[in-house]
Amino acid sequence: MSVRRLAPDSVQPASFAFSAENKVWLAAQIAKYPEGRQASAVIPALWQAQKQAGGWLPKAAIEHVAECLGMPNIRVLEVASFYTMFNLEPVGQYFVQLCGTVPCHCMGAQDLKKVLKEKIGHEHHVSADGKFSWLEVECLGACTNAPMVQINDDFYEDLTAETLAKLLDDLAAGKPVKIGPQNGRSKSEPKDSIKTLLDGALYDGSKVGSWQGDFDARVAAAKKAKEEAAAAAEKKA
Amino acid sequence: MTKILVDDVEVDVPPHYTLLQAAEAAGMEVPRFCFHERLSIAGNCRMCLVEVKGGPPKPQASCAMNVRDVRGGPDGSLPQIFTKTPMVKKAREGVMEFMLINHPLDCPICDQGGECDLQDQAMAYGKDASRYAEPKRAVEDKYIGPLVKTVMTRCIHCTRCVRFTTEVAGITELGLIGRGEDAEITTYLEKAMTSEMQGNVVDLCPVGALTSKPFAFNARPWELAKTESIDVMDAVGSAIRVDTRGREVMRIVARTNDAVNEEWISDKTRFIWDGLRSQRLDRPYVRVNGKLQPATWAEAFAAIAAKVKAAQPGKIGAIAGQLAGVEEMYALKALLASLGSANTDARYPGNPLNSKAGRGSYLFNATIAGIEEADSLIIIGANPRKEAAVLNSRIRKRYLKGKFPIALVGENANLSYPATYLGAGPESLAGYKPAGEKPMVIVGQGALNRADGAAVLAAAAKLALEIGAVKDGWNGFCVLHNEASLVGALDIGFTPGEGGLDTGAMIGGGVEVLFNLGADDIEIPAGSFVVYQGTHGDNGAHRADVILPGAAYTEKSATYVNTEGRVQQTVRAAFPPGEAKDDWAIIRALSDVLGKTLPFNSLGQLRAALYAEFPHLAALGTIKAGEAADVEALAKLGGVPDKAAFKNAVEAFHLTNPIARASKVMGECAAIASGAQAQAAE
Repeated sequence: MSVRRLAPDSVQPASFAFSAENKVWLAAQIAKYPEGRQASAVIPALWQAQKQAGGWLPKAAIEHVAECLGMPNIRVLEVASFYTMFNLEPVGQYFVQLCGTVPCHCMGAQDLKKVLKEKIGHEHHVSADGKFSWLEVECLGACTNAPMVQINDDFYEDLTAETLAKLLDDLAAGKPVKIGPQNGRSKSEPKDSIKTLLDGALYDGSKVGSWQGDFDARVAAAKKAKEEAAAAAEKKA
Repeated sequence: MTKILVDDVEVDVPPHYTLLQAAEAAGMEVPRFCFHERLSIAGNCRMCLVEVKGGPPKPQASCAMNVRDVRGGPDGSLPQIFTKTPMVKKAREGVMEFMLINHPLDCPICDQGGECDLQDQAMAYGKDASRYAEPKRAVEDKYIGPLVKTVMTRCIHCTRCVRFTTEVAGITELGLIGRGEDAEITTYLEKAMTSEMQGNVVDLCPVGALTSKPFAFNARPWELAKTESIDVMDAVGSAIRVDTRGREVMRIVARTNDAVNEEWISDKTRFIWDGLRSQRLDRPYVRVNGKLQPATWAEAFAAIAAKVKAAQPGKIGAIAGQLAGVEEMYALKALLASLGSANTDARYPGNPLNSKAGRGSYLFNATIAGIEEADSLIIIGANPRKEAAVLNSRIRKRYLKGKFPIALVGENANLSYPATYLGAGPESLAGYKPAGEKPMVIVGQGALNRADGAAVLAAAAKLALEIGAVKDGWNGFCVLHNEASLVGALDIGFTPGEGGLDTGAMIGGGVEVLFNLGADDIEIPAGSFVVYQGTHGDNGAHRADVILPGAAYTEKSATYVNTEGRVQQTVRAAFPPGEAKDDWAIIRALSDVLGKTLPFNSLGQLRAALYAEFPHLAALGTIKAGEAADVEALAKLGGVPDKAAFKNAVEAFHLTNPIARASKVMGECAAIASGAQAQAAE
């Protein structure tokens, strides 16, 4: 992570206001909280503003949210600058978030990074056609399908350098793309032997639950020892 | 009350006390950065870790745990905490090491050096060497106004400044943006803060991140002589410490006085000191052929004596300005009396406050600490934020506790708390009826300094009686003064005596010789012979025919009575410049030349006479309460106020007196403040 600031004035739009639809939506969000606690809706409001503004939060949007919720500007800026999912600078039409945390890293996220650098350029940079920008982020929670990227709202998993390059090309060309694993899996099932759950050994107690036998034996032994001790004490008496 | 053992010392403290407060009650010192008694608890510095017996096996932040949350032993033994065990020491050393990872070791060039909490605590808990080999963090400095200098790399993110500005000052402008290592304190888009109390963040900052901009690189704390004194910038009488080097006042900082200013002071109080150096009158002047010429004391006195002897006794008068102490007003009144004149006044034209009506008629009767007991408030013709910024923060403190409806009559303004606006003029008072047992009525000077001031004062007193603000055990009728001298002047009767003229009559051509004791805010038309005694070449000096250079409040021991009637004394921290003298001594010397020698040769003798006549002035630090009957008498006076809108007494907070007008820093602040107002009006 690095210091996050508002984007330079040259790229800031002059104004921002929620659309009529979003205004209705925001009123419903605010209604979820008690009277006078409308500031609680700041994160959803910022998120909606980010969506409306094209994937990032301009200064005008932050001020508009502050006005809508009756908060001082600095309080909204604090929230917007704290959460890294709020982009403070413009992003491409397709905003690629590359997971670079350990499982993805082990499974080849570095190769994906090279592809992104080649195809889009460095981080925090929108490609010339305005279609792409990318960012390395922390774990997105799809470790069983590592490595992966998130493009806008969707996960694209089980990537290789080749499949990612093709994915980006397809998106650029406007072709339909498949969301989810890109290596033939449908979810996070094992790739080759999808019938592992049919293995009888899972259910006969030899693999799963084998601790139960040991435990029962130890409990029985303890019980027996206690009874013997009680019997011996009785005898003495 | 709950008993708890702190390092084997048993203390009995309220259950809501934090462990840190309990430890202090037991006499143990607990280091801290983020905890502050008058701010909310953040618990983010972790320096105050202690060990709790029977608690979790890890150190606890003592500022964030209450005494009631610590359990006793199963055998009925008392709950116990430890502040000096090896575990505690090791934990604090760990915290300190983390804190120093990103803190620059630039103490030799840091203004906080010598009075830095981090420095002090590193002496106890710091390691001699660093284990940190990586590059240190560096943070860009932020602009947050002309008063507070920032060196943000030094910031340890205690957030005291954020909590102070939000809670006490009532401006939500400072914030902590980003997070973790990249967290930064800033104002929104680096705008200047707009509070009149912002200077307090300098005192609050435990490191050198926020320091005083005007004081930057001027002096080290250990080379300053420290004098505990009283502020006279407004009528609150905040406790201050004047730090001097040689004869220069280098800075002014706050002292704690829970009854008055807690530990806050306004920016005008804190940053006025550069005004004490410029525009000073350091020798007498006499106007010769229309031009002021430097003169000796003897020449100046001779010029005055010639005029006084030529004038009828009834044609001699004296007015006193807002910075005059009780002693010099007493001496001046005695001199006028010996000359046979009863023309003395310290009030603005039209102001109805009167010594004869009793103390209850002109004091802030509820007292400043009493604001916290009130349960409703109406402010009439005042903007306490500008007229008494520290008192205003006390109102805000009460407001934050809840159930405190505030109404405002006069100019509508942002007071840093919401107020119901009733209207602009006296007629808006009709129908005001708050619920509650202890209502409070604040009447500002803006409501009184007008032709119908007496009627307004009577109407306010009547309102106070009607809503039950004056009863047994509670007097909520409060006159808010904005000038340090006025209550003292009223106390000693520096008002027109039998057949005497008031300020309006005196400046309206009623007198031939006018002694002007530092009144710079009243325009004196041409015609009379004006003797100006004061400290700065301000409006009063420009109009004068003879100028006698006096001493400023940091240069003399003088008594001031604050708006609630509390008698306090300033202490001399430095000497007046050049030939300037103590004000009472000038009047005493002049009386000799006029052949009416006053009966005291020293300040002690003067005070003995003063105290004999007005015994309550001898009781420093205390209040002789006003009578409820005075308010009742006021209400009976009646009169019909006209419908003109109230106009606040203070327009520009930063420029209310000659010292402030001579201060460059205050000028800069005033320019920014008026710019901010213009923006808000658009």
